[in-house]
Amino acid sequence: MTDLRYDVLVIGGGLIGTAVAFGLLNKHLKVAVADQGDTAHRAARGNFGLVWVQSKGSTFRPYAALTRRSAETWPRLAAELREVSGIDPGFQQAGGVTFCHSESEFAQRADFMRHQFDADLPYPDAYRMLGREELARLVPGIGPKVVGASYCKLDGCANSLRLLRALHTACQKLGGRYLPNSNVKAVRPLASGFTIESASGPVFAERVVLAAGLGNAALAPSVGLETPLKPVRGQILVTEKTGALLPVPSHLIRQMDEGTIIIGDSQEDVGFDDGTELGVLGTISARALDSLPALAQLRVVRAWGALRVMSPDGFPLYQQSVRHRGAFAFSVHSGVTLAAIHAYQLADAVALGALPESLAPFSEERLALQAA
Amino acid sequence: MRFRPLEPAERDTVEFEFDGQRIRAPQGISVAAALLRNGNVACRMTPAGNAPRGPHCMMGVCFECVVEVEGLGARQACMLQVAPGLRLRSAGKT
Repeated sequence: MTDLRYDVLVIGGGLIGTAVAFGLLNKHLKVAVADQGDTAHRAARGNFGLVWVQSKGSTFRPYAALTRRSAETWPRLAAELREVSGIDPGFQQAGGVTFCHSESEFAQRADFMRHQFDADLPYPDAYRMLGREELARLVPGIGPKVVGASYCKLDGCANSLRLLRALHTACQKLGGRYLPNSNVKAVRPLASGFTIESASGPVFAERVVLAAGLGNAALAPSVGLETPLKPVRGQILVTEKTGALLPVPSHLIRQMDEGTIIIGDSQEDVGFDDGTELGVLGTISARALDSLPALAQLRVVRAWGALRVMSPDGFPLYQQSVRHRGAFAFSVHSGVTLAAIHAYQLADAVALGALPESLAPFSEERLALQAA
Repeated sequence: MRFRPLEPAERDTVEFEFDGQRIRAPQGISVAAALLRNGNVACRMTPAGNAPRGPHCMMGVCFECVVEVEGLGARQACMLQVAPGLRLRSAGKT
């Protein structure tokens, strides 16, 4: 077996790993992506596909700023991916809405949005509170209980399955090496660089990026990092395809570019169980029906559960090992929203060999401070 | 294009209607098979791009073969047996 030597080895072929690999390949580095097989948990396959800004980071402002920056950079990512891979990731950025089902919900939402966009991190014209009439002009099918919505122009959506395929295809077209069926158990630091056993034999690299989703928790100690993560299940319902019902996404309901409607956003602590459960699906569909009564006419064709990659406080972890400087670990549950950060800013940092000061709030030190 | 059955039909046949056209098919086969056998390769238009679609997986998974059944709404033609008097039309046709 011949030695496989790379500048950077990325462990994990999901949305995080392939986005970072895409950025590194654009810088003409020699990159390999080691991936599990088809039975991987693969949060990317269950992703709702939103590029979502309006509700992110209200209690942790660096996360709000990061999310905004990613949403602003997404058009560049979408264009480059289309050009390199020939696959359209389905990116749209016509804004997004959060429906309010009572006057008190509307008032609370207005306060929340003021806090998000008018206070310490001002963003002029980022959002508007839409009353019922104005909202009905945007979404004619809203139900009688809907009193209005918050609208944020930075919000958008992509097709997460096509995004993953576009990233994989782009990486291969740029000369990246894909090592499938590699169930990496540990990374071995060497005097200079790192090595793993892949399904294709031993692989050597100057730098290593752990992007293995929930698997990062077990891999991180081998490069001197601690990455506490837990799975949080989300369940999604998919309807048959229909004509245009919902021109902009909400974080609970969205219409895909092919016409299906997906309904989701449950948050469940059920360990590694990625199944579905009727009670939860009933709750999320009841709320969706209040927002858009026309959904009652549609048949549900699929339902699935998937596991989010959740840090103890729910925010991204972008870590660099102190003991082994060439080792990084990235653990995020918003692989679509933050894809542009991963493809550009994180890839730059890995190429440079150091995380920038602006990403310091996303190190594990944050968790140590919270525990203290 | 027309799909040909491997064996000649010796079974009793039934007649159903699709977009006003009367189609005769052997009893017991699916509507999707009957449409393909009759040369009706497309049975719906996509709601997003108004492009023709027809039966693909023939096992209830892909939802490409959806047709409108009178009195029932949208159904997968591959999961529906032909029956006398069944009235169907293309889904998504405006």
